[in-house]
Amino acid sequence: MSVVEKLLTEEPFSLSHEEKIQLYETELGNLTKNSYANCSIYKKILDILAYDASAEHKIEEFPFLPVRLFKEYDLLNVPKETVVKTMTSSGTTGQRVSKIYLDRTTSTNQTKVLTKICSEFLGNKRRPMLIIDSKSVLKDRNMFSARGAGIIGFSMLGRGATYALDEDLHLDLDAVNAFLGKYAGEPITLFGFTSIIWEHFFKELERVDTKLPLDGAVVIHGGGWKKLIDQQVDNEIFKKSLASRCGDITVLNYYGMVEQTGSIFMECECGRLHASNYSDVIIRNPDDFSVCGVGETGIVQLVSLLPESYPGHSILTEDIGELIGEDDCPCGRHGKTFVIHGRIKNAEIRGCSDTYERK
Amino acid sequence: MNESKITWIVGNSVPKYIVFEPYADVVCSFLGDLSQNLLKNKTAVQYPDIISFAYFCRKANIHKKKENFAEQKIRLGRGIIFHIAPSNVPVNFAFSYVFGLLAGNGNIVRVPSKEYPHIEIICSAVNQVLEDPKYAEIKVSTAFVRYGHEDEVTEYFSSISQGRIIWGGDSAIAYIRKFSLPPRGIDIAFSDRYSFAVIDSDAVLKADEKEMERVAYAFYNDTYLMDQNACSSPQLVVWTGNHYHEAQQRFWNAVSAVAEKKYTLQPVSAIDKFMKLCIEAIEKPSVMGVTRYGNVLYAADLRELPDDADKLRGTCGYFYQYLCKDIDAIFRMVNEKYQTLVYYGLSPIQLSEFVVNNQLRGIDRIVPVGQALDIDVIWDGYDLVRTLSRIVDVR
Repeated sequence: MSVVEKLLTEEPFSLSHEEKIQLYETELGNLTKNSYANCSIYKKILDILAYDASAEHKIEEFPFLPVRLFKEYDLLNVPKETVVKTMTSSGTTGQRVSKIYLDRTTSTNQTKVLTKICSEFLGNKRRPMLIIDSKSVLKDRNMFSARGAGIIGFSMLGRGATYALDEDLHLDLDAVNAFLGKYAGEPITLFGFTSIIWEHFFKELERVDTKLPLDGAVVIHGGGWKKLIDQQVDNEIFKKSLASRCGDITVLNYYGMVEQTGSIFMECECGRLHASNYSDVIIRNPDDFSVCGVGETGIVQLVSLLPESYPGHSILTEDIGELIGEDDCPCGRHGKTFVIHGRIKNAEIRGCSDTYERK
Repeated sequence: MNESKITWIVGNSVPKYIVFEPYADVVCSFLGDLSQNLLKNKTAVQYPDIISFAYFCRKANIHKKKENFAEQKIRLGRGIIFHIAPSNVPVNFAFSYVFGLLAGNGNIVRVPSKEYPHIEIICSAVNQVLEDPKYAEIKVSTAFVRYGHEDEVTEYFSSISQGRIIWGGDSAIAYIRKFSLPPRGIDIAFSDRYSFAVIDSDAVLKADEKEMERVAYAFYNDTYLMDQNACSSPQLVVWTGNHYHEAQQRFWNAVSAVAEKKYTLQPVSAIDKFMKLCIEAIEKPSVMGVTRYGNVLYAADLRELPDDADKLRGTCGYFYQYLCKDIDAIFRMVNEKYQTLVYYGLSPIQLSEFVVNNQLRGIDRIVPVGQALDIDVIWDGYDLVRTLSRIVDVR
């Protein structure tokens, strides 16, 4: 039985600090050795860092790859023939996208772990699921964009998955009302991307001045705040605004990267993002990548036990975050808790070869 | 030409044709007044690069340059010089203007489109000093302008100028050269250049603590002040001598200590550097290892000097280093891209003999550590005052 399989028999937020360290030092060692042996690019990087993959290391000593590297290179630990699914980040046109290669095991583990983590917040019974997106996102089944993968992953957590938006991302109130009528009295789940929910669901409800009877529903959303921060919308405003249109609902944000699909970080009832048994978070000081303590702001490194088919078990994101605590959240769950403050700012570098701005 | 597309920051129309002899008294006096005006301005002196500009312009310094100039021939400014300043160096436009002025020309200066506070401060000082009636001639022959993406304006200014100074990269130069000057017009184009340092390891080890600190500050100023992204900032350090390892450690420790104190490393630069390290591990077999001094300084060891060493470029404190047993080896790599050689612990005469005796295509400057960024009337291989003036040959 693999470590992930073993963990799946336990509650998803059960490991204490000591247990986690013990487990992770062994498992990250295995994942690192595996990538070192099977991914030539990974090996080159560790070699230049003079990193000894065969030695024992503390959890914070394991090397990390910058997420941008997944946009530049095909990083795999397995032969391409065994890849069953390729996931991509959702970049806009012209942007490079990350390509993440999954074999059967990694893909299956991602699904199981996502289900496990979410069951903690949704219960074990599959609830009717309203997806705040358009079915058309799923058209190309060969390339799973982060958005498409999220929808597929989360829709499996519920039943009767219904799409609230039409092809043009317009709110289909008839479909929504039919769904609510069919499952009246049952606790339902809403899933969607933060910016899509805001732009195409909440704003549309405002525009047509409609309220939806969603008391008892749980709204799970993720995908980043970039677009909403521009509109001065934070988590607090997001929650209040949705509640004003949907009644007594629970709104839970999640944080995760396409590079580590499955082992997402869920926001608990106390408003903190939680690392589960399957993942960990380390905040690093930008000055020297040293480890930040509670309350110190730094660059977010994410660790996951799931990536086996690609070297994504330890990645350096481009997000700025802050640790709130570990094993001490009032919600009672174990694991580190943290908050994300947003993306790092682009650099303005001085220099003299930038003279003439063209059209 | 549609003048409504132009914002006049100094002056309000196309400059009149008024020329002087190089280092004309009125010009020297004007620069002295400009220097004083800036140094008295409490806002201005908060910017180190404005202070260096003001120091450059002060009376005694200009006087010294005039004496060094020691021209035997009669010279006169060429006419109007059109300056196209780089957008990411705040004060270069001002230096460029001074060079045009010292050579005896009227000037049109296109200032950076970015809203640096430096521009407002320097331009308002220029305006104030130009109010003095004794500078009336300079006033009517000076214009500082800002305009957007209008090719039409660049084309027009080029057509009426006897000289043009193009700062910036190769692609910018190629672009601007599409707009012709009059037949006798000259271009001075500052293209993409590459600079490196040669440091003697024995000299580093011999230095006492105080000297080491001085050298570290000097190297810091050569590089980090412009995010290591100026053409004259060293990208590569070539080590000579016998005790590399100790010398390298001592040197980089000292430089990184200064940088930690003085340099603001943006988080994104920390990630960019680490990303660059990963890419080099994957793609550059000549890089054999990297020593990291926190995130503020990376030193990448080269196994050999590749033929295209001028492509080894870092920013914000990412250096390459190479141990050189035979100094001839490094001169073989020098092509026309090479601009500044920064040295420590070596004889500049010996270095210049290397350049001359080997008939090198590049290296226009050989300067001690700490002077890489010191812009002057001789720059990038040009004597700017002579190039921007014409000779009246009298026999």
